[in-house]
Amino acid sequence: MQASTMKVLVVGNGMVGHHFVEQILEQDMNVEVTVLSAEPRLAYDRVHLSEYFTGKTADDLSLTSAEHYEKLGVNFHVNAKVSHIDKQAKTVKTEAGDVYAYDKLVLAAGSFPFVPPIPGNDQEHCLVYRTIEDLEQIEASSKQSKVGVVVGGGLLGLEAANALKQAGLETHVVEFAPQLMAVQVDQVGGQLLKSKIEELGVQVHTEKATQEIVSGDTSRYKMKFADGSDLETDMILFSAGIRPEDGLAREFDIDVGPRGGIVIDDNCLTSDPNIYAIGECALWNNFIFGLVAPGYTMARVAASHLAEGDLKFEGADMSTKLKLMGVDVGSIGDAHARTVGALSYTYENQPEGVYKKIVVDADKKLLIGAVLIGDTSDYDTLLQYALNGIDLPEKPESLILPSTSDAAPALGADALPATATVCSCHNVSKGDIVDAMDAGNCDLGSVKSCTKASTGCGGCAALLKNVVDSELEKRGVEVNKDICEHFAYSRQELFHIIKVEEIKSFDALLEKHGRGIGCEICKPAVGSILASVWNDFVLQKEHVKLQDTNDTYLGNMQKDGSYSVVPRIAGGEITPDKLIVLGQVAKKYNLYAKITGGQRVDLFGARVEQLPFIWEELIAAGFETGHAYAKALRTVKSCVGSTWCRYGVQDSVGAAIDIENRYKGLRAPHKMKMAVSGCTRECAEAQSKDIGIIATEKGWNLYVCGNGGMKPRHADLFATDIDTETLIKYIDRVLMFYVRTADRLQRTSTWMENLEGGLEYLKQVVIEDSLGICAELEAQMQHVVDTYQCEWKTAVENEESRKRFRQFVNAADATDPNIVFVQERDQIRPATEQEKQSGDLIATDKVLAEDALA
Amino acid sequence: MMSSNENWVSICQTNDLVDNSGVCALVNGEQVALFKLTQGEQEQVLAISNFDPIGKANVLYRGLICSVSGEDTPLRYVVASPLYKQRFCLTTGECIDDPEQSVSVFPARIVDEMVQLSVAS
Ligand code: SRM
Ligand SMILES: Cc1cc2nc3c(=O)[nH]c(=O)nc-3n(C[C@H](O)[C@H](O)[C@H](O)COP(=O)(O)OP(=O)(O)OC[C@H]3O[C@@H](n4cnc5c(N)ncnc54)[C@H](O)[C@@H]3O)c2cc1C
Ligand code: SF4
Ligand code: FES
Repeated sequence: MQASTMKVLVVGNGMVGHHFVEQILEQDMNVEVTVLSAEPRLAYDRVHLSEYFTGKTADDLSLTSAEHYEKLGVNFHVNAKVSHIDKQAKTVKTEAGDVYAYDKLVLAAGSFPFVPPIPGNDQEHCLVYRTIEDLEQIEASSKQSKVGVVVGGGLLGLEAANALKQAGLETHVVEFAPQLMAVQVDQVGGQLLKSKIEELGVQVHTEKATQEIVSGDTSRYKMKFADGSDLETDMILFSAGIRPEDGLAREFDIDVGPRGGIVIDDNCLTSDPNIYAIGECALWNNFIFGLVAPGYTMARVAASHLAEGDLKFEGADMSTKLKLMGVDVGSIGDAHARTVGALSYTYENQPEGVYKKIVVDADKKLLIGAVLIGDTSDYDTLLQYALNGIDLPEKPESLILPSTSDAAPALGADALPATATVCSCHNVSKGDIVDAMDAGNCDLGSVKSCTKASTGCGGCAALLKNVVDSELEKRGVEVNKDICEHFAYSRQELFHIIKVEEIKSFDALLEKHGRGIGCEICKPAVGSILASVWNDFVLQKEHVKLQDTNDTYLGNMQKDGSYSVVPRIAGGEITPDKLIVLGQVAKKYNLYAKITGGQRVDLFGARVEQLPFIWEELIAAGFETGHAYAKALRTVKSCVGSTWCRYGVQDSVGAAIDIENRYKGLRAPHKMKMAVSGCTRECAEAQSKDIGIIATEKGWNLYVCGNGGMKPRHADLFATDIDTETLIKYIDRVLMFYVRTADRLQRTSTWMENLEGGLEYLKQVVIEDSLGICAELEAQMQHVVDTYQCEWKTAVENEESRKRFRQFVNAADATDPNIVFVQERDQIRPATEQEKQSGDLIATDKVLAEDALA
Repeated sequence: MMSSNENWVSICQTNDLVDNSGVCALVNGEQVALFKLTQGEQEQVLAISNFDPIGKANVLYRGLICSVSGEDTPLRYVVASPLYKQRFCLTTGECIDDPEQSVSVFPARIVDEMVQLSVAS
């Protein structure tokens, strides 16, 4: 601890600059930290920048906020680009002319996109992909474009191409080299990647050197290539590599490398003893690290050096695993087998589009590199072999061969040494995790927040969970997922038991697998599972006792014990005649009427004994139950659509009605809502639904797992431009997979957030059939569709179940005197306790009940 | 405590009851929730007041029946109110989620397929 305050000035508030701020504040020293950001905002998650196009806002991506920095006591200025450094006076000056003094300066200026010096590259629709402002421009430009070209077929270029494709543009990738992702992937892998990406409708042009961008004939621009060919496009995105932001260093005499980058030593110090450089602007050992994890390590090293600690930067692993347009790609270490004496093993499966290669050292003892295309399931294991120098098995090829009897088992969390790095972003080793758990952090969530593991790029999530689970197991902690005291099983396990053992009733299940008589938790849960699997009438004798009161009486109980009546109005479309019937019935039984948020009509104030009579009339007029009381499909909202609306591109009403009719009655762990919008204006608010569908020129975009309510969540884009048949297929699968695997009362949004692997995993299961269960899911859905019945129709036609709807077993004519109303805005409403005392009431109208009986 | 001057009233037939579920009876102007518990061959009827003192509505008979086993209490049968889910013990009337609250309990029995209740005379 030193007495005087050290002034630390950070230039740049990118991911690494921000990480440095967090790290320096953790040191035991007296510092005053000032941050100068050239961007109009504070740090955000650049790694997940592309999610801006799938609905994340700048706020969602932010890593900090003004309030947060204020709380930490950090001074900060945005729109403050540093233009001068005075090393003698130890000050910097911004473009606006403000001067700041420092004791220690940290350059975390990152890099900028390289735009090849092609004549015509500075036109309005020639853009780059690095900041939120860039993305805003791309979004605006793509709205005025039909064709888009990405220049550069590296990791970022392909990510950018994906964004253009999702924006609905005809997309091309132009690459100078003979293959895609030349840095990470070898030539064979690059070929396979190219054909996979072309299958997805992105055209890849390799070995093309752009010479000039001129006006186009059919599109806005024409790109002319060195080989004489050309390509027409409306917009161009340059993603031809990054260049270190080292201008300040050059100008003010801090050493830079021959090909750029601010030279740093193992302490991240530059040639000036008071100036550090970290992140993508820094050059260490003649190497620039274009990933976030090495940048974070540099931030830790610089903070440690300032606090007189002894952390050193020793290089970093550049392995990557990612999914590009649905194609899995993994690259580890020396992917090109450039190490002297390196040997490689490859496995290629052309029909399935899988390519795997491992590179081993001359002794065949150590793994030094790998390339995985089309299947990255071995990535975690291979990375652990490479990072931790674990001895390879006798036959290294067993690591990548499809599992046969002599395949090497995946490297379990147990086999890892304590020093093994689990999370490279935050430098968390297995030992750190074990320590955190020893200190009492006994679940994944608290291990995460305590060690920060898996809160960076997220690549280590699966491994982290494995380590935590295996440690828990070692400690004899049984992760209790029992649904309640009556069944020692989770909902998912119960579902499986019921299906596999063909159990048809709660009693049978209880006898074989439970104890006691059940409770308010397991009964409705099992009732719901039985309904999802067998779809029997919910009020069948053996099921009655399972249902929550709302399901028993097929209506929502209101505060006074009366019920609401919500007939299905599929898609919100209703004929004038049916509207009249609703009015007539409401009038006859003196019910309160209200239009719901789900595009239908709710009638309130029905007493339990009135329900069958009301429903009888509604059914006769062609209505059926709306399941407003059930954990089941509620509504499919629609907008006007192409039939009437001048912007509509598909018939959203027709689609909504078909979809509502298909899934009505499907019981699920929680209620489900859907909506269909006829164009991108999204008037049906589909992105806030469990299943959201938005029409495109070519078909439908499908969104899944959105939620309104207490904790709103935007739905995730799941598939684009699919036809109606595919749409239904995907919805069948998503819903049935949800019904099978979710916890009780878990809506699709929380289900997805807890699903290991999240959206990507769900896509694999549903689109690629990675579990091989899609046919079964569809068949199960078809069974539910085929066995649909209107529960109210069955109930009113069945004497036994009708008996349930009486207030008293022994007094047919009596009504509940506690249900009383007053008049408000020309309709009834329940009387308050006070009003009940005062007596000026519309009593429960006996006449009406008799009228109904008559 | 059973006393000799209990006043048994026949309410309905056993087959008016629903296994492991409830119905409601009107006895001297009072609403009584009747529950039939069956486990294999065993069956019994339990009765409590139908008025939910927390939700302030006559709804308890529409609740779900549960068994609750505590650490140091014997197995209890309870009904969870359909309004706000508080559980009331079917034999003592206590609310196990809110000790301040309770409902009255009525002796009930089955005699010759008839369900009978004893109401205070
Ligand atoms: C009637 C209605 C309000 C209205 O007058 O507009 C309504 C009424 C109730 N809602 Fe709702 N919700 C209604 C639309 C919504 C919507 C809007 C929508 O569907 O577009 C939402 C937000 C969207 C969503 O669910 O994602 C909504 C979010 C909720 C929630 C919170 C769910 C969540 O995940 O956070 C609950 C509580 C729950 O389900 O556990 C709830 C629960 C309820 C209950 C069932 C509360 C209860 O147990 O009594 C209300 C029953 C009223 C009845 O007796 O019919 N209601 N509720 C709407 C019926 C729509 C329909 O036609 O079926
Ligand atoms: C779309 C995209 C996807 C990516 N995906 C991945 C991935 O999956 N995995 C991965 O590891 N990495 C990924 N990266 C790379 C990763 O984002 C970078 O490695 C990381 O952001 C580098 O952090 P940094 O702080 O060094 O630089 P930056 O984040 O670029 O921050 C530098 C900041 O300094 C500011 N600045 C520059 N000059 C000045 C000045 N003179 N005065 C004041 N401020 C200045 C800049 O405006 C900028 O805000 C991706 C990058 C992009 C663009
Ligand atoms: S918002 Fe609350 S009060 Fe309004 S209908 Fe929904 S649940 Fe009832
Ligand atoms: S490796 Fe990036 S979050 Fe763990």
